[in-house]
Amino acid sequence: MEGSGEQALLEVRGVSKSFGGLKALKGVSFKVRKGDVSAVIGPNGAGKTTLLNIISGIYTPDEGEVIFLDERITHLSPSKIARRGISRTFQHVEIFGDMTVLENVMVGRHMKTKSGFFASGLRLPGVFREEREIRRKSEEILEYVNLAHRKDDLAVNLPIGGQRTLEIARSLATEPRLLLLDEPAAGLNIRETRDLGTLIRKMKEDLGITMILVEHDMDLVMHSSDWITVLNFGKVITEGMPLEVQKNPEVIAVYLGSDERSEHE
Amino acid sequence: MTKWNAAALILLVLFVSLLPLLTGNTYLMTVGIFSGINALVAIGLCILMGYAGQISLGQAGFYGIGAYVSSILSLKLGIPMVISMTAAMITAALAAVVLAAPALKLKGHYLAVATLGFGDIIHIILNEWGPGGPSGFGDIPRFTLFGHVLTSTAGYFYLIWGFVVLVMLFSQNFINSRSGRALRAIHGSEMASNAMGLDVVALKIKVFVLSAVYASLAGCLYAHYVTFISPSSFSLFYSILVLMMVVVGGITNLWGAVVGSIVITTLPELLRRFEEFDVLAYGLILTLSLLFFRKGLVPFFIGKLGRFRGTGVAGG
Repeated sequence: MEGSGEQALLEVRGVSKSFGGLKALKGVSFKVRKGDVSAVIGPNGAGKTTLLNIISGIYTPDEGEVIFLDERITHLSPSKIARRGISRTFQHVEIFGDMTVLENVMVGRHMKTKSGFFASGLRLPGVFREEREIRRKSEEILEYVNLAHRKDDLAVNLPIGGQRTLEIARSLATEPRLLLLDEPAAGLNIRETRDLGTLIRKMKEDLGITMILVEHDMDLVMHSSDWITVLNFGKVITEGMPLEVQKNPEVIAVYLGSDERSEHE
Repeated sequence: MTKWNAAALILLVLFVSLLPLLTGNTYLMTVGIFSGINALVAIGLCILMGYAGQISLGQAGFYGIGAYVSSILSLKLGIPMVISMTAAMITAALAAVVLAAPALKLKGHYLAVATLGFGDIIHIILNEWGPGGPSGFGDIPRFTLFGHVLTSTAGYFYLIWGFVVLVMLFSQNFINSRSGRALRAIHGSEMASNAMGLDVVALKIKVFVLSAVYASLAGCLYAHYVTFISPSSFSLFYSILVLMMVVVGGITNLWGAVVGSIVITTLPELLRRFEEFDVLAYGLILTLSLLFFRKGLVPFFIGKLGRFRGTGVAGG
């Protein structure tokens, strides 16, 4: 383990998690290199979302640990983990529906700003400046993800694609070092999925954000990720670059069933 | 603050300053005074419920703490009112922290019951240990401003509505700020709020304290205006009355709390002519208003206005 922090931004070591009798994760280990888009794929029930929930602190693992920036974050609360620089989106969209699109992103600026209850209520001069800065920065982010034209709409009125983009925008506002994307293409049409792929690559290149992408859309995964980890029944069955993983017979078997496997062999 | 809110606030200030000049009617102003006192409690509950999504059936407890602490300190110990009122608000704030830390882990009905229990405990304490027990005590000093005692009804009307305007201004600023947004975010999704790094527990405690401070301020004003208090004014019935004000006015808008307080405080006065049927009429009107203005009076009329103008009017 010595020197492992050199390249790895995040390391998951031997993580297991059970829910009652169901073993969702059985000793999962993997590393995420700084600057990479690292995809985690696998069939339904493979444990992908459980893994993201452990990294983001929603679950505590039964065994194993999560190391982020050379620090154990295994027992920290979700909000503390967010403040360390890990942000996420949700498989079942969790937007602030009764707030406008812009306000959603402004909430993302919360942890980067500091006006308190009293200062805000009394409208002290610093508050005004900070508020303007929050607004400017949030508008800039909406511009970046192409949602600026809907900024004054209630978030709940956005189509699903817009809501997923909004979740990403809101995460960007926290200036994350690591962004967890939980099935960001679920419910999107082909064009929206392609735009999402473009956005992911743009965030990687312009902003240098490291990402973990949990996704079923193989096209998106193959075109956007640098590294793929394949989970099945709570275990890592293989990992590698997209082209390697694509050719791996075990992966083909998991995805297509063993009949197709024999055809490929 | 949006320009709508600024306009509404200016309108309120104008109305409040002109009312005593236009009518010398003491009775009308007295109803106005009680509306104002109730509005302070209701604004706090509205922030707690409508914005932060928490419920409290124990606001009467904080209201009572405000009234009793300030009265006892100023009457029995002769402490100046500025200090006794501050002490009362600090006591209520501390009580809110003690209550909130465990209770806010609860949600919905469970939180409602926990806060209801708190209100009841305070009521029992006032009954058992408060001066005069269940019959209460009087001779509470009246307000003194710059060395002279405030006695006129118009004076109290200005004083109390002055506080309402200040509290409203503070609350509007706060709701439309970083912290207010955070509260609304918690209401929207606790999971996403956590993922945004919001300290959900701390924020909930803070908003609970804020609502307690508002209620205790109202309690102080009530005690020093009426000069006589007894535990019956601070029972569960009062908590529910305030809840009704907030719901009838509309929990999603702070102005709903003000409008609701005026309506609920004035309604029984208007129904006096029905004599023994007044309670019946009161119940009927409330039920109908909730049926027809499901989101409350203020959001309903804002919605109508928005449709009329063909634009959405942002509440807040």
